[in-house]
This record gives sequence, structure tokens and C-alpha cells, in this order.
Amino acid sequence: MADSASLSGPAPAASASRSAGLARTFRRSETLRGYALLSPTLLVMALAMAAPTAMTVALSFFIQTGFEIEATFSLQNYQKVFTNPIFEALFYRTLWISGTCALATVLIAYPMAYYVAFHVHRRKLVWVILMTLPFWTSYLLRVFAWKVVLGYNGAINSGLMSLGLISEPLEFLLYSPEAVIITLAHAWAAFAILPIYVSLEKIDKSLLEAAADLGDGPMARFFRVTLPLSMPGVVAALFLIFIPTFGDFVTPALVGGPDGLMLANIVQKLFGKLNDWPLGSALSISMMAVVTCLCLAILWLSRKAKERLI
Amino acid sequence: MSRAAAFYRPNRPLLVYAVLYLAFLYAPVALLPVFSFNDSIYAAFPLQGFTTQWYADMFADEAMHGALWNSVKVGAVAAVFATILGVFGAKAITRFRIRGVKPVLGVIMLPLVIPPVIMGVALLVLLSQSGVQLSLITVTIGHILICVPFSIVTLMASFEGFDKSMEEAAADLGDNSWWAFWRVTFPMVFPGILASLLLCFTISFDEFIMAFFLAGTEQTLPIFIYGQLRFPQRLPGVLALGAMILTATFVIVFLAQWLRGRSPGVAQSGSE
Amino acid sequence: MAGDDSYLRIERVTKRFGAVVAVDAVDISIGAGEFFSLLGPSGCGKTTLLRMLAGFETPDEGEVYIDGQPVSGQPPHLRPTNMVFQNYAIFPHLNVARNVAYGLRKEKLPRQEEDRRVEEALEMVKLGGYGDRRSNELSGGQRQRVALARALIRRPKVLLLDEPLGALDKKLREDMQIELRQLQQSLGITFVFVTHDQEEAMTLSDRIAVMADGRALQVASPKEVYNRPTSITVADFIGQMNFFEARVSETAGEEAVLDAAGFGRMRAKLGGAALQPGASIVAALRPEKLTLSPARSDGAANAVEGVLEAAAYLGDRSHFHVRVAGLERPVAVAAQDWAVGGGDGLDEGAPVWLTWDNDSVILLESERR
Repeated sequence: MADSASLSGPAPAASASRSAGLARTFRRSETLRGYALLSPTLLVMALAMAAPTAMTVALSFFIQTGFEIEATFSLQNYQKVFTNPIFEALFYRTLWISGTCALATVLIAYPMAYYVAFHVHRRKLVWVILMTLPFWTSYLLRVFAWKVVLGYNGAINSGLMSLGLISEPLEFLLYSPEAVIITLAHAWAAFAILPIYVSLEKIDKSLLEAAADLGDGPMARFFRVTLPLSMPGVVAALFLIFIPTFGDFVTPALVGGPDGLMLANIVQKLFGKLNDWPLGSALSISMMAVVTCLCLAILWLSRKAKERLI
Repeated sequence: MSRAAAFYRPNRPLLVYAVLYLAFLYAPVALLPVFSFNDSIYAAFPLQGFTTQWYADMFADEAMHGALWNSVKVGAVAAVFATILGVFGAKAITRFRIRGVKPVLGVIMLPLVIPPVIMGVALLVLLSQSGVQLSLITVTIGHILICVPFSIVTLMASFEGFDKSMEEAAADLGDNSWWAFWRVTFPMVFPGILASLLLCFTISFDEFIMAFFLAGTEQTLPIFIYGQLRFPQRLPGVLALGAMILTATFVIVFLAQWLRGRSPGVAQSGSE
Repeated sequence: MAGDDSYLRIERVTKRFGAVVAVDAVDISIGAGEFFSLLGPSGCGKTTLLRMLAGFETPDEGEVYIDGQPVSGQPPHLRPTNMVFQNYAIFPHLNVARNVAYGLRKEKLPRQEEDRRVEEALEMVKLGGYGDRRSNELSGGQRQRVALARALIRRPKVLLLDEPLGALDKKLREDMQIELRQLQQSLGITFVFVTHDQEEAMTLSDRIAVMADGRALQVASPKEVYNRPTSITVADFIGQMNFFEARVSETAGEEAVLDAAGFGRMRAKLGGAALQPGASIVAALRPEKLTLSPARSDGAANAVEGVLEAAAYLGDRSHFHVRVAGLERPVAVAAQDWAVGGGDGLDEGAPVWLTWDNDSVILLESERR
């Protein structure tokens, strides 16, 4: 644009002035320099995401016969994924478990984040580190810990029995969808707390003072100012928990029992003992697609709801 | 101040809730060390007596040594590579106003939200179809992938507090951008870089799902633990090992967060 | 001031940020050894212009020459300029001596020689012996001195200063102004100084460029900018000024007779301006050029009657507002004495006379204000 002067120079000097012009454009454009610096990371990450996905999509259209994979195009795997009643039942269970888990985690995390954002004035950082520290510990060990807590001979049962409150171990604790939900809610707590805390912390405290000044009591202030302003954090938290838990397989495998199995357990088995990689690929691609659609739908709905409110 | 104190007075019910919540977060994890010293093969109350036998057994386990060493190697290499990529990313995002950077950033941050099973499976498909032997190297590649977003987020905090005029001053005093980075930017964000290295190491060290799919016949420590869980008589050993890993992780993460709080930018904005 | 007026030449330099023109075809020539200020309100483009001299921004059009060499293609680290940043940009991870020595890397001096240069630079800014201090132990004024020593140790052809005194309190700022001026004169280095404080610019500078909306409106000595502003914007920005809409009714030799609302006839010196009778102009009058008296006195070229509306005693001088019939705004008058016309001063509401000489009237082209 501004380089027209240097670009429209006389013909012999054109190439020199063009490269000088390009260098100039580069030095001047923040966007270009930014992308240049970003490019190593971006290329590695994009390639590392795109290539495996493309390969998995390709594989999902092939067919497994015995130990061989036939490289012929077929929709057979997707047909199986979408018509098999077991997959359907597992899909609804997975949806229920991760949906409930996301909601429950956000609900119990909100008051905690609220407390730290509004009522902790000294040593805030200590509270924030305390809330997020367990997240950094081994996921496997945290799930294992719940197995220890909920087990037939676990901490709760043995504790209650040694206190004399129950005579028989409570069997429903372990190996149930509820056990999966509790374990997941614990494992992903930090993903709920952090976004909600950040969105609460960002709220200008003078807005609350203004609301009080205009006659709102504490409850009205919360529902008319705090909650709406923290909604972005809440929605982000819902996504951040729903998506990964939808594809979790360690928790159901360790504490879910047969009634707590989820779709990802099937994926793992298809790539393991059942040895049907194409079907496994089709299933995981379908899961990704469904989750993406669900998230887009929720996002669209929350946008609509927001417009309504305003 | 007094008005603010009256307006945001301490809320006792919420404080009780917060303490209960922290108990919910920490109690299950805290049970591992408790039972690891319990003189019983079952993790159950009432406690039977104090023993360090399970620790001794675990230290004597050759397979554990191999898995531990593998995890350290993978974690160290993954942390270094992820942090290098993270420095490029965080620096570019915080230093320049880049048009259209949001969706691009979304791509880089994708591993934060994609279920690890799906990423693990997809990488497995790609690597095995292109004839790559599964090994610790393939695990490391997978771990770099999931560590980069964390590294970027950690480093962005350091780079954001970093005053742009510091680099300009270095350039003004005769340094090109390479020298300015090493003489000014790097020493100033070094705590952030160290924090990123520690956190990435922790993530990789604890990561199970990607490793499960990509390790082939090799074992990392989480894979070793997962294998042990099938044998009830190995439970106390896992408790002992888990208690040690938890302690080490807490120390490392606490150190990393403390370092992050010490970044010059953060300190400066705090004092001025 | 300096013999050569084109040591640093800014030639039709334009810089846009998106649709905003930050610097608009600016032409300035600065002499060797000159103390030159870029003065203007925030957002006028002065800092952007300075950053183009340093190399942090590239001009979209135009060129900058330093000592005859075009520098637009040169990145900051290769330019013969150094800068004192607005926030000083003292490296927090280095002590004072390492900060000052930062720019000596390429000279590869032996350690002793480098230490000597650093100490010399520190002594120059009156910080001798401060080399081992940590940078976070410094006060605002000390940081400013370190930034100055760090830039000067490289013996730049041009030193650029971006509001370096803005962060200091008033007393310290005034002391630093004197020191800065003395330093510049003893070193003989060309200084380009950005400020929004007109008093500061007038105290320090050999010449000033008054900037607004990305353009350099007037480039002249402080005296000339004050006494002979060339536009309403400059006249308004520098000091206080009364403006009156007027029409030229006749010109005779060096003198013009104006027809101004509220004043009737007003005599003014033309001062070289070629004005045709009938032209619309603006007559500008500094408050201190007006004389206030309780009764009409003879001898002055111009006089008008009004009513004293408000008076403020400021100690070293006093300010008055005089309401003149037919004028929208009251006329501002500044006088050294509070007791105008003797006694305890005039009461508000008292009838007064204003008188002024014909060469106090500044004739400006009318523009939309």
C-alpha cells in the first residue's frame, strides 16, 4: 500500500527496490513479525495435530479383516458406530456422566472461587495455589486414591464400620456411574475453579457498590451483577470439564465397574484386545465430531440467552 | 478502606464451605501417605501399626527403577522442547499485536481440551502407519504436544509483566534482537522459564494416557503403577510409591509457582 | 544557535497507524549541538516522531538524515542515536554499573578501561560511587541519571529524551532541568527532547517545534514562539492568550486598523504581514500586555472600557477578568500588582479601563477553533 513508491521504481532497479520494500514492509508490520516468531511453535503444533487427525480419518474408512487392514473405502465402520445399540447406550451414559460431572463440578467450585475472589484479602496467592495444587499431581494417583476411599474395603466403608455406624460395607460406593462422577469432579476441580475465579476477580468492585447504592441488597446484587458478569468463566469451565471427561477412560476403568464404562473404554479396547483399529478410529472421530457439535450448540444457545437478557 | 471492609466483611458460612471444599480436594490424596505406613495389606481403617516395609519393598523393585528412569528422561526432554516452543509462542503473542491471532492461538491450545485418549489414539495411528517403532521417543513427542499449551500460559504471565521498553533500550544501546534476548529478556523472564520447565516436567512425569498408547513395550512410571493395580498384594507398594510421587510433585509445583511469582514483571507491578 | 542547521534532518516524514496519521509530513532541521524540543499535547505525534529518530518506528514516507546519512533503513542498534526512555527502562537484573556499561559490549574494552568509562559517566551525572547499587534501590531522580549515563556513555551523535522528567516531582524536575541544560552545553551533543510541558521546553531549548495533530506547526526559538506565534493553535497552547475576531478596515504603512467586535477600532503593527482591507483575522493579546487602570489614561494606542468581573491574587502576579460589552468571553489580564490604581485594589463590579500598545497585538489567520 504505502510501498507503491518503492515498487513503481524504474525497471532495472525494480528487484532491488522490491526486496528492500519487502524488508521494509516486514519491519513495519507487527502482524508479519509476530507470525514469524510464532511460526516454529505454530508449525509444530498444527502439524502434530493435523497429521494424526488426517491419518485417523483415513483409517476410519478402511476395514479390518483378521489381522489385516484393507485399504478400501467403506462407510461400514461409521454404520456400526451409529447403529449399534451398545454404542448408543454407551453414548447416552457418557453424555450423562460427563454432563452431570461438568455441572456438579462448576456448582461446587463456584462458592469456593467466590469466597477467594471477594472475601480473601490477604495471602490470596496462597489460596489460589492451594485450590490448584492437587491438579498438578498425578491424575492416575488421584483416581487411585478414590478407589482407596470408595472401595469395598476402602476408607469410607472401613471407617464407618470401625465406628460402628454400619455393619456391612456399602457396596454402591465403588463401581458405579456415581463413583465415576465423584472422581471426575475431584480430578477436574481446578479446571472449574480457575476460569470462574478469574472472571470473578475481574469484576470491578465499584459496580457492586453502585448496585448497592441503587438499592440492591446482597442477594439482588449477586444475581443482577456478579453472576451475569461471571458467566463467561462459568461457560468456559463447563467446556473445559465436559470435553475431556467425555473422552476419559482411566476413571471408568478404575472406579466405574461394568455399569460405569464409557465410550473411551471401548476405543481403548478396540485399539487393544479387540484389535479393530479402523472401527476405533471411526468411533473416536465420531466422538470428536459429536462433542464439537454439542459445544457449538451450547455456545450458540448461551449467545442467544445473553442477547435475550440484554 | 474501612468502607470496603464493611462492604466485603468476612463471610463465615462461606469460609466453612471453603475449608470443606479444600478437605474434599486434599483428603483422598492425603490418605495415600497415611495408608502407605500402615502395617496391613489392605488400605482400610482402623490403622494397624507403623511400618516402612512397603517403601523398602518398592525401593528394591528393579522394574520400578527402570520405569522411574524412563519417566525422568521423557519428562526432562519433553520439558525442554515444550518450553523452547513455549518461549517462541508466548513471546510472539505478548510482544506483537498480531491480526487474527485468536483462532491461531486456539489451534496451539487445542491439546488442553481434546480428550487425551483421542490424541493418543490419533498419534498411535499416524506413527504406526508410517512405520515408526513405538518407544520412549514417541511418548516424548506426545508429551511435548500436551505440555506446549501449559508452557505458553506459564510464560505469558512472565512476558506480559515484561516491559517492552527494556528490549528497546537494549536495541538502542547497540544490541540486535538476538543479543537483546540473551542479555535482557532471558535473564528477566528466567524464573518464568524455570517454572515452565518444572511444570512441563511434572505434567509429563505424571501423564498416563498418551504414554499408555505410545510407549509400546517400554514402561514409564504411571504405566508401571497402572500395571501394579491389577495385583491386590501390590497395593501397599503402590501406596508407598504414590506417596513419594505426590510429595515430590507438591514440592516441585510449589517451587514453580513461587518462581512464577518472582518474575521481575510481577514483582515490579506489585511494588509500584 | 549552531552554525550548521541540518545536522539532523527530518524530511517530509509521515507515519500512519491504520487510519490514524500519527505524524503528518513533518519537516524539521536541527543543528549540531542544539537543544531541540518537540512540544505538544499528548497524542500530537511527538513521541512517534522521536521513536522514528531512534529507529523503533519506520516512517511510511519521508526520510531522516543524521550527519548527512539517511537512517530509515537502519535498525535501532546500528543508529548513532541513544535514548532516555520515559520510564527509564533500567534493567532490573543488572546493577547500576552493569546498566551503564550495557552499551559498551561491541567496543570490547579491557575491564579496567570499561570500569573507568562507567565511573566517568556516573560522575558526569553526579552518581559517582553508585556503581554497585541495585537498580531497585534507586530513587526516581537517580534512575533518571542512570538512564542518562547509560545513553551518554556511547557518545551518541544525537541524544533522544522521551519526557524524561515527567515522572519526577516539581522541585526535583526544576533542578534536573538546570542540570540537563548544563550537561548538554558542556558535552555539545545534539539533544532532542520530547515534552508536553511548555515551561520545561522554554527553559531548556534553543529551539522548539510545537506539534499538534501530527504536524509541526511552528519551529522557532522559545522567545519567538511566545511572542510571534504563527497560528491560533500555537498561540493558545503556549501560555495564556486572549483572542478577538476582527476585520481589517485599513492599512497604512506598518500599521493596520482593525474593526473588532466590542472594541470598535484597534490599532496593530503589521509586522511584515500582507493584509488586504476587508480580510477576516484574529487579533491575539497576551494578558500581561494589557494594562488595567481605574480611569482612562492617555498615550496608549488602544483603550476600551469594561467592568472588573473577577480578580485572583497569586502572589508574584494577579489575574483579572474584565467584562467588555459586545464580547462573549471576559478579557484576561495579568498584572504584577494587586492594587491596581493604588489603595487596596479594585472591587469586583468596578468600571475599569484596559489599554495596550499597537505592537502587542498579534495578527493571526482565522481558522476553525
